[in-house]
Amino acid sequence: MSSRLRLFRDVGMSKYLLPVILFFILTSFLFVGLYRDPTEVSSPLVGKPVPQFSLPRLDNSEALFSEREFLGKVSLLNVWASWCVACLEEHPVLSELANRNAIIIYGLNYKDDVTKAHQYLVEHGNPYLANAVDAFGRVGIEWGVYGVPETFVVDKKGVIRYKHIGVVTQQDVEEKLLPLIGQLQSEVL
Amino acid sequence: MIPEIGHFALIIALCLAFVQTLVPLLGAQTHTVQWMAVAKPAARGQLLFIAISYACLTYSFIIDDFSVLYVANNSNTALPLHYKVSAVWGAHEGSLLLWVLMLGIWTVAVTVFSASLPRDMVARVLGVMGFVSIGFLLFTLLTSNPFERIFPSPVEGRDLNPLLQDPGLVIHPPMLYMGYVGFSVAFAFAIAALLGGKLDSIWARWSRPWVISAWVSLTIGITLGSWWAYHELGWGGWWFWDPVENASFMPWLVGTALVHSLAVTDKRSSLKNWTVLLAILAFSLSLLGTFLVRSGVLVSVHAFATDPARGLYILIFLAVVVGGSLILYAIRAPYIKSSGQFEIFSRETALLINNVLLLVATLTILVGTLYPLFVSALNLPSLSVGKPYFDLVFSALTLPLVLVVGIGPFMRWKSTPINQVSKRLFKIAAIGLAIGLVLPVMVAGRSTILVTLGAALGAWSIASAVYYLSKNIRLTEHGTHILHRIRKIPHAIWGMSVAHLGVGVFVLGVTFVSAFEQVRELPMQVGQEAELSGYLFRFDGVRDVQGPNYFSKQASVRVFKNGEPVALLLPEKRTYLVQQNPMTEAGIDSGFLRDVYVALGEQIDDWTWGMRLYYKPFVQWIWLGAMLMAVGGVLAASDRRYRLKLKRRRKAAAQDFHEQQVTAVS
Amino acid sequence: MRKASCLIAVFLLCFAALAQPDAVAPEHEKRYYSLLDELRCLVCQNQTIAESDADLAKDLRAEVRKMLQAGATDSEITEFMVSRYGDFVLYRPPVKPRTWLLWFGPLIFLVIALMVLSRLLRKQKKAGSTALTEDEQAKVDSILSRTEE
Repeated sequence: MSSRLRLFRDVGMSKYLLPVILFFILTSFLFVGLYRDPTEVSSPLVGKPVPQFSLPRLDNSEALFSEREFLGKVSLLNVWASWCVACLEEHPVLSELANRNAIIIYGLNYKDDVTKAHQYLVEHGNPYLANAVDAFGRVGIEWGVYGVPETFVVDKKGVIRYKHIGVVTQQDVEEKLLPLIGQLQSEVL
Repeated sequence: MIPEIGHFALIIALCLAFVQTLVPLLGAQTHTVQWMAVAKPAARGQLLFIAISYACLTYSFIIDDFSVLYVANNSNTALPLHYKVSAVWGAHEGSLLLWVLMLGIWTVAVTVFSASLPRDMVARVLGVMGFVSIGFLLFTLLTSNPFERIFPSPVEGRDLNPLLQDPGLVIHPPMLYMGYVGFSVAFAFAIAALLGGKLDSIWARWSRPWVISAWVSLTIGITLGSWWAYHELGWGGWWFWDPVENASFMPWLVGTALVHSLAVTDKRSSLKNWTVLLAILAFSLSLLGTFLVRSGVLVSVHAFATDPARGLYILIFLAVVVGGSLILYAIRAPYIKSSGQFEIFSRETALLINNVLLLVATLTILVGTLYPLFVSALNLPSLSVGKPYFDLVFSALTLPLVLVVGIGPFMRWKSTPINQVSKRLFKIAAIGLAIGLVLPVMVAGRSTILVTLGAALGAWSIASAVYYLSKNIRLTEHGTHILHRIRKIPHAIWGMSVAHLGVGVFVLGVTFVSAFEQVRELPMQVGQEAELSGYLFRFDGVRDVQGPNYFSKQASVRVFKNGEPVALLLPEKRTYLVQQNPMTEAGIDSGFLRDVYVALGEQIDDWTWGMRLYYKPFVQWIWLGAMLMAVGGVLAASDRRYRLKLKRRRKAAAQDFHEQQVTAVS
Repeated sequence: MRKASCLIAVFLLCFAALAQPDAVAPEHEKRYYSLLDELRCLVCQNQTIAESDADLAKDLRAEVRKMLQAGATDSEITEFMVSRYGDFVLYRPPVKPRTWLLWFGPLIFLVIALMVLSRLLRKQKKAGSTALTEDEQAKVDSILSRTEE
């Protein structure tokens, strides 16, 4: 047996091991990739101040909603629309979060019909402190929105700290949002 | 009842696959003749039961049995019969069944054509193929059962994905799978040789026709896919570097390298190590492709609806099969002797350079395709790698490759006298360069350095192939009749020349269409005319057309050149009744030198439609070139050499068998 | 399953054939189309914003046209997209440390491969030297026959 092993070395077996080593490195990447969602695109806005914008509010089209609203507190910005089926799915979760007074939730009503948006909030409850109406999706582009729903976590300085793409589930709230919110709230301004 | 029979047949096939793997492999290790003999009947039985299973699924489609979930999801009573038959492989589960069926067919083909092979070799080859079959049958049965019932069963099915309701897509997947799966034969031969420790050049000769056949299927499959995209997607593109396209292209590239290195191993019995590794890699990349398409790790326009459990299963299978074979390779390869020596200036070297370039190209595509995944696995910000990147990098690697294509045939095995070859090559290069300078100006009236380079390389490859053939025919010689001399050329030489001619034709097509194509996108009113590259398009209006399971808006566009009518194009915008998605059917007038292409867009008002007009010079040359490569492959695989060898080997095997009988008796 | 079917619906929408022709000033046409071909639509599976018929793609096309009209350079336009959607929108990834392997990889592979090749050829040239000595041959043979059993 030992003579055999020695012979392996003599012949220079190491170079023949290269393919299998490379293959297993590849496989481990594929394994990790299996549990990532490739449609989730990380946002370059995380770590940056919220983009400047100014939009009419849903409850009062005379009043304006701008990036200044985010200063001085930790808040969520939830991008939603009445035509968005998935938004309905996360709505109870957001309502629950609002009821618990865990955090202030703002809404960005994205490419929606104002009447339908009102109706939606009446029907399903309103977890939002205020809503900005982005009828043409122009501000959505500023925020890098590419699918509805999306949810941003903004810290006291008005800096975006996290972006959640897709439906916020109860599990996401417990595991990701609440711990982060707790941490952000303890940060001094 | 029928679906249950199909399901049950699949389970029996799995049992037979186990038998086909374990018994012959053990038999080969222990030299037990009876055990080795189990391989053939087991393989044939397995195919029988897979075929039964496949027939049952097809039957369920034909009779619209929507109590079968898979049928309900992928068919509809209004679907035309031929699409019902092809809908069997229209989605994940059924396409997997097709995969297994193809594997069964290849395996049985091996049993038929292996009469002259040593029996332990056959036993090992069939055993390895049985193992692959186990993997895929288990995968089908555990995660993707196409016979699953649904209760209550829907009255109507959800229809086949409209994208797949096209003649091109009917044949594209079977050809593609035939190629993917075909590489399993070469793989099995390689593993069998490694297991048996007998890796001689005879091994290469056995594998060669199999590898070439698989490569031909894959070539045709990929070509059809590209042709389909051109017709069906309405963007006038023929290759998008989508991950799924790349997944089929990588095995093709390695398969091409393998075809060439097998020639060296067969004729000169050198590079054995390398050839075995390529045989393993070609099939590994087929498996990797299966993983990429079915696991959802990458974003693609063609991916199947995915499920992480499926991805995990294939990944484990991949790790076992590929990891296992590479470990076996690492253990055995150091002892493989390559005997043939050669000089630097020889055909061996030319083929090695070809291999190096093909491998680097494959690796580049692999890294490019998986880069977004690497980045996401390392928690870095997402990025995309797409057409602009691949076009640039791949063409840079292709240029030297085409250069070698022109040189290779003139090189002799072992060593070549430089001055003799260089004189010939100089002639060919001069022809190539002249064509490269003149042709673009003739086609488009202008040229750039890159276009000249592309055209010259294409012409160089064509000129080289033609020159090589004419040398072999000895055109200038008198005496025997020319037809006689043509007939005497071995198919292998025809094959190589035609395939290399195809490379040149392909390169010319790609060069001209990418440099000189013209696009116009514009709203057109009924009666309006638009001009593009000397062609006049007149929009005559849109009418409603009723198809079997769709309704369609069909535009009528007449094309004129110099006042003469050229073509009547009827681009359509179809809406399929069940899935309600609009689909484009481009209106195309194909010609040898150019296509004119119209795609119908959205309706803007009563009289105005969005319209996209294309002028595509030489675009058909792309598929023509690819098909020539396939034809070359067919010719090469039909070379007399293999058939003669087969006869002789049969005789030898008979003798061998007789001797063994004698020793067994004594 | 529901998520999957939802995805398929989105994916089919992306094939909703051609986008509406966009009115773009003729002098910008060439730049416009070449820009669109390099920008990836985020909603659809794997398409440029030229090919995609998704709402967002339309909006982004409009944005590109607006910027072209306002005299923005190509790099200003891609920078605008990248600052909002990240490098993901670029089909031609920018050269930066994390894409070095991508951009320089092919060259490195080629150099390594050619180095290996030239070493092999040099070894080949010294004909006979690669062959095993009789002694080694016997050793290898004995091992091979042992492993066979």
